[in-house]
Amino acid sequence: MSHLLDRMNFLQSKELERFSNGHGQVTRESRDWEETYRNRWRHDKIVRSTHGVNCTGSCSWKIYVKSGIVTWETQQTDYPRMRPDLPNHEPRGCARGASYSWYLYSANRVKNPLVRGRLMKAWRKMRETMTPIEAWTALQNDPILRASYVETRGKGGFVRASWDEATEITAAANAYTARTYGPDRIFGFSPIPAMSMISYAAGSRYLSLMGGVCMSFYDWYCDLPPASPMTWGEQTDVPESADWYNAGYLLLWGSNVPQTRTPDAHFYTEARYRGTKSAVICPDYSEAAKFGDVWLNAKQGTDAALAMAFGHVILREFHLDWQAEYFEEYCRKYSDFPMLVKIEDKDGRMIPGRFLRADDLDGKLGQANNPEWKTVALDETSGALVAPNGSIGYRWGEDGEWNLEEKAAGAEIALRMSQILDEDHDEVIGVDFPYFGADATEAFDAGDRRPNVLTRNVPVRRIQTAEGEVAVATVFDLFCANYGLDRGLGGDWVARHYDEDVPGTPKWAEKITGVRADKIVHVAREFAQTAEKTNGKSMIIIGAAMNHWYHMDMNYRGVINMLVMCGCVGQSGGGWAHYVGQEKLRPQTGWLPLAFALDWGRPPRHMNSTSAWYAHTDQWRYETLTAGEILSPTAPDGDWDISLIDYNIRAERMGWLPSAPQLKTNPLEVAKAAKAAGREIPDYVAEQLKSGDLEMSCEDPDAPENWPRNLFVWRSNLLGSSGKGHEYFLKHLLGTDHGVLGRDLGEEGRAKPKEARWHENAPRGKLDLLVTIDFRMSTTAVYSDIVLPTASWYEKNDLNTSDMHPFIHPLQAAVDPAYESKSDWEIFKAIAYKVQQVAPEILGKETDIVALPILHDTPGELAQDQVRDWKAGECDLIPGKTAPNFIAVERDYTAIGDRFCALGPLMDKLGNGGKGIAWKTGSEVQHLRDLNGVWEDGPAKGCARIVTDIDATEVVLMLAPETNGAVAVKAWEALSKATGRDHTHLARPKADEKIRFRDIAAQPRKIISSPTWSGLESEHVCYNAGYTNVHELIPWRTLTGRQQLYQDHLWMRAFGEGFVSYRPPVDLKTITKEVRDAGDSLVLNFITPHQKWGIHSTYSDNLLMLTLNRGGPVIWISENDARSAGIVDNDWVELYNANGALTARAVVSQRIKDGTTFMYHAQEKIVNTPGSEKTCKRGGIHNSVTRAVPKPTHMIGGYAQQSYGFNYYGTVGANRDEFVVVRKMKKVDWLDREKSWKAPAQEAAE
Amino acid sequence: MFANFDINFVLFGVMPYVALTIFLVGSIARYERDPFTWKSSSSQLLRRKQLIWGSILFHVGILTVFFGHLIGLFTPVRVLDAFGIPYALKQWMAVLIGGPAGIAALIGATMLLHRRLSDPRIRVTSSYADIAILGLIWLQLAIGLLTITQTLQHMDGSEMVRFMTWSQSVVTWNLNAWVTVVDVHWLYKLHIFLGLIITMLFPFTRLVHIWSGFAAPLRYLLGRPGYQIVRSRRKSALPAPSGPVSATTHAAVPPRAMGRPEASIANPAE
Repeated sequence: MSHLLDRMNFLQSKELERFSNGHGQVTRESRDWEETYRNRWRHDKIVRSTHGVNCTGSCSWKIYVKSGIVTWETQQTDYPRMRPDLPNHEPRGCARGASYSWYLYSANRVKNPLVRGRLMKAWRKMRETMTPIEAWTALQNDPILRASYVETRGKGGFVRASWDEATEITAAANAYTARTYGPDRIFGFSPIPAMSMISYAAGSRYLSLMGGVCMSFYDWYCDLPPASPMTWGEQTDVPESADWYNAGYLLLWGSNVPQTRTPDAHFYTEARYRGTKSAVICPDYSEAAKFGDVWLNAKQGTDAALAMAFGHVILREFHLDWQAEYFEEYCRKYSDFPMLVKIEDKDGRMIPGRFLRADDLDGKLGQANNPEWKTVALDETSGALVAPNGSIGYRWGEDGEWNLEEKAAGAEIALRMSQILDEDHDEVIGVDFPYFGADATEAFDAGDRRPNVLTRNVPVRRIQTAEGEVAVATVFDLFCANYGLDRGLGGDWVARHYDEDVPGTPKWAEKITGVRADKIVHVAREFAQTAEKTNGKSMIIIGAAMNHWYHMDMNYRGVINMLVMCGCVGQSGGGWAHYVGQEKLRPQTGWLPLAFALDWGRPPRHMNSTSAWYAHTDQWRYETLTAGEILSPTAPDGDWDISLIDYNIRAERMGWLPSAPQLKTNPLEVAKAAKAAGREIPDYVAEQLKSGDLEMSCEDPDAPENWPRNLFVWRSNLLGSSGKGHEYFLKHLLGTDHGVLGRDLGEEGRAKPKEARWHENAPRGKLDLLVTIDFRMSTTAVYSDIVLPTASWYEKNDLNTSDMHPFIHPLQAAVDPAYESKSDWEIFKAIAYKVQQVAPEILGKETDIVALPILHDTPGELAQDQVRDWKAGECDLIPGKTAPNFIAVERDYTAIGDRFCALGPLMDKLGNGGKGIAWKTGSEVQHLRDLNGVWEDGPAKGCARIVTDIDATEVVLMLAPETNGAVAVKAWEALSKATGRDHTHLARPKADEKIRFRDIAAQPRKIISSPTWSGLESEHVCYNAGYTNVHELIPWRTLTGRQQLYQDHLWMRAFGEGFVSYRPPVDLKTITKEVRDAGDSLVLNFITPHQKWGIHSTYSDNLLMLTLNRGGPVIWISENDARSAGIVDNDWVELYNANGALTARAVVSQRIKDGTTFMYHAQEKIVNTPGSEKTCKRGGIHNSVTRAVPKPTHMIGGYAQQSYGFNYYGTVGANRDEFVVVRKMKKVDWLDREKSWKAPAQEAAE
Repeated sequence: MFANFDINFVLFGVMPYVALTIFLVGSIARYERDPFTWKSSSSQLLRRKQLIWGSILFHVGILTVFFGHLIGLFTPVRVLDAFGIPYALKQWMAVLIGGPAGIAALIGATMLLHRRLSDPRIRVTSSYADIAILGLIWLQLAIGLLTITQTLQHMDGSEMVRFMTWSQSVVTWNLNAWVTVVDVHWLYKLHIFLGLIITMLFPFTRLVHIWSGFAAPLRYLLGRPGYQIVRSRRKSALPAPSGPVSATTHAAVPPRAMGRPEASIANPAE
């Protein structure tokens, strides 16, 4: 009762007895004090949840709740056991996740809906007399009023709002925008659905019902390796981390496993104990380097040269001088090596051209269906040309021959890989290969002065085609020539020995990469030997690092080539382990209908973000990279001298890439006009486009009609993290203070784009409304007009999966959302119902026109075997064939909320599917009606209810093959029909299994194998990409149906990337005379890897994580570079170039390579960031010194695997080629007082 | 009544009781309500330098002074008379022992105060009370040492007896005690006043560790003979082993568990 009274027992003896001869004493003194410590770790309950943070960890956590408060979290240890001889998955987790509960009650939590003060003031005043729609209209029509809040973005001044008010403004803005400009001016950006699928789906479902635009992320983050779709027709598919344990050789290439795959790193350690050999390649001494038997510190940006040298050795020792039987057989069956390529004559020079196709031959080899899409090879047994099974022509329009059986036209075949034997070729000719080694800028100059075309001898056969005699070579023969291997054919630019300095040899690579030739030979040999002895158990773990260079495809294809040469892809313990974001949304096909409202209308509007932000933030107006700099000297004739945005415009026009907005005229109005004219919509739009009465938005991104007007950002920190060209976002999209230091093409007097319309004065402040939904006050939130407080990861119910393990498990509400926050599902539901309430004033049931690009995995992907632009008069405009398709979609703006909360009728009517296969899903829809209940009345009468977030999870789990065995069987049946082989045995044993939300709440569950993915979940193998291609003979979804190492699209050849080659980083010209201050001598390559103390920007404002490092933004530089600029450790430094400036502390370290500076992304500028001396504004984020630069080869479309898919193909946000000036700051100004000094440079520039 | 109002009555007649009440009730309340704040709040982990010398000088000095005051003021005059100790002698002892001790304590306190204020880490981790109480003690030591200048002017011990009488009157509930100190020099009055203030602040500062400072050593000296202490939940001692059981039986497996029938427990040798 009382501490003091309880202790008033002096008279009572405390001693009970003694022991050990009196040295020990047993007492009965009070132990009450222990309770305090025991209570510290006592809790009321434990709830399973996880962190939705795109870390790929997808770790299951125990969330401890005490007195209604989340107190802490620890790792779950109950993952299902896999099988004997495989280490357990647990424990999974890292310090970052363990610190998450700090956020829930931190000062940085968004606690109430917030609205920019000036906007709120104007809104409230107008709402006294006006309806919401009238109020927003008036606000937008008054330029002074609009500017009053637009210009204050990022400068504080938020006021609290009620949910009713905040959603009303948002709904009114959306409705106004749809009516005035078109629904495709409402943008939404949210990344990585796999980390919290329902939260993503909430926003994308709302946007899709409205007709808004869902923006891609994987490509924008530059995590998408376009080399993967090029080679495999697959966005990205990788082995789970447990499969590392099965590897015989692990090559870590630019991946820092312990730092960035922390929960998986134990498999790497365990593999090392098992005896797996490992080499680590990275320029810095990373945390992974210490795991390696050997560390190769190649110069940054030169990986392709290293990969080519590895390939050179592997080809020499395992394919040419000696042929490894396993490699030969693998390559013949699973690669395009045997396919024949036409050698084209360009002004007397011989250049590798298109694949030979059945269509080229007289009689088309008997192929009536898609002969132009069936590639041709030579059959050893018959000696005849054949069109082997599996090429993409077999995929569409017929069934049963789209497989990798060694057959053609029903007969057994054995394809010939090489025509090297004298009797197999007619002659040996010199073929031109582009060489880019001499293009290197000063920082990468290895003294290479070779010509830019290398002619090498290749054995060819002459055959008769419909258009006359042509020379054809196998891909393999061209491939070997490209790697500079001397095959006894004579000629130049080939090497017999490794120490000859010829492009492709280890000696050549040594000069470029700085890695000793003998080490290159050693690693290549061990890598291949292991694969040869183990049938492909050599694996390359690769991070985003190499993929962030402008010429990332060369790095990646160099690596992929090694794996294919050694038969590693599709073999357990081998293959391409590219780990970047958490993109593996395992129940994808169940999730798609929910996420994009495919149950109410198809198709949704998807946009590739890189092209969109490039255009809408006006980064294109500053583009200094010209097509001429990256064009191949061997390019076929064509109009190549246009700017990068012009390429993008052509791609959109030809239906290759999507558009947002799509048409300059409001599509709701266009549909009305078409109806009034009594015309079908596609015809009408085609005709109007041809006549010029309709214009595509992409041709004039700066016209006010084409601005994105409303933007939602949720589950994301676009401005504080992924926004390449941060300062351009601020300047043009947001229209507020910015740090852009350079001048645009007009001011510079450079050549302007030909296709994009140039406005003398670039627009500032395109967005009418920026709404950010977050639980923390991120950089994006700070710049928003409305910030809505969302539930944290411990306060909502959701689903989570990852590439790194095969489990699906939940996020769960351990406690109710704190303060006034709500889950994302509830927030978008509220906005949807609000639209339903305010929109009918101006919107009713409307017909919208959606422009749909030609999509991969649809029959449309056979659209354009030749490149023809309708606008140039090269062909007619045929929607869906030579241009985007234009599809009418019915929208009901009076029932947005009701539709949001119901599973619409199209699932019953049209079924479900994905990746080119489809199945009926009526029974699952009925199950959902039974499970979730049915709407008895209203616009969704008879539909299954999706009211809560748990209802939504059940929709995903019920419809997805990965979580519903019956659906898996249906899906495999659908695929079996296409391949002519029975694959259902992969799912039959699990046909009765249905995983529900409460199942995964009890324990993470292994998913069921489905044809959506190329790996298997079974009791026998770990998940590994390409496994079903190799073991079930399912073709890769490429032109040849095989792993395609030669890319024959016109643009690929034009830009010199038919085959892999080393391409030095490009010159972005951002350190100009005007920008660089006198005396600033240190110029470094700017590298932005994943950090240790955060996951992207999350945790970078978390006190616990800040305490572990320097408490704010830092950059790393080498000791030598630091000394040269008078910088010592922990100094404040400034980094700048034409794009902007940032401030940070310097970490001076031996582990950094001279010539580079690391700035781990993404350190928020809301914490401990002083003002920049250069811009006189607050120092920026890492992206303040970068700018997105798209690449034409990523815009290719309508061409088999090179067709658009959301997050599958498209331009990517490369950023590694950037250079910055680094200097010590003279004065650290926190800008926390009235402006203390003026900015002469800035004032003059304005 | 108000006509006769004398500030001395308030300061030396009433305030001692107020101070002692706050001291006792406050200490108990703190102990009951916030037991985990009952500590000395040492800053030794942040910086050892200057602490060791400062702390030892301070503590040795202040403990000597404290016990000097305690014994000097509360030993009844009759006891002195009974032993025939001249007041002057006692006065000399007080000056000779208390003076150097006070100087040591003042030097120590100065070092501690300087350290607390000048070290940025200790400064920011210090509470207002931490700094204030140290400042007050420093002041009290300085005033105490200054009173020696007065004491030296009347070394007959008469003033000293006045303070003894006053202190003893206070604790013997003689409510007229205050009149004995009305005429003393203002330095003494200030010293007493500040002492009472410190007494009142005692329960709300780190000074509470003084309580424990008295309790803990006694406990270890008197009640803790063992090197290893096992705090049992048992309320009573184990029953003493009865009969001729040798020490080895404790380790032996009970015979029943070995499956043997009714072996003699009394004779393990069987």
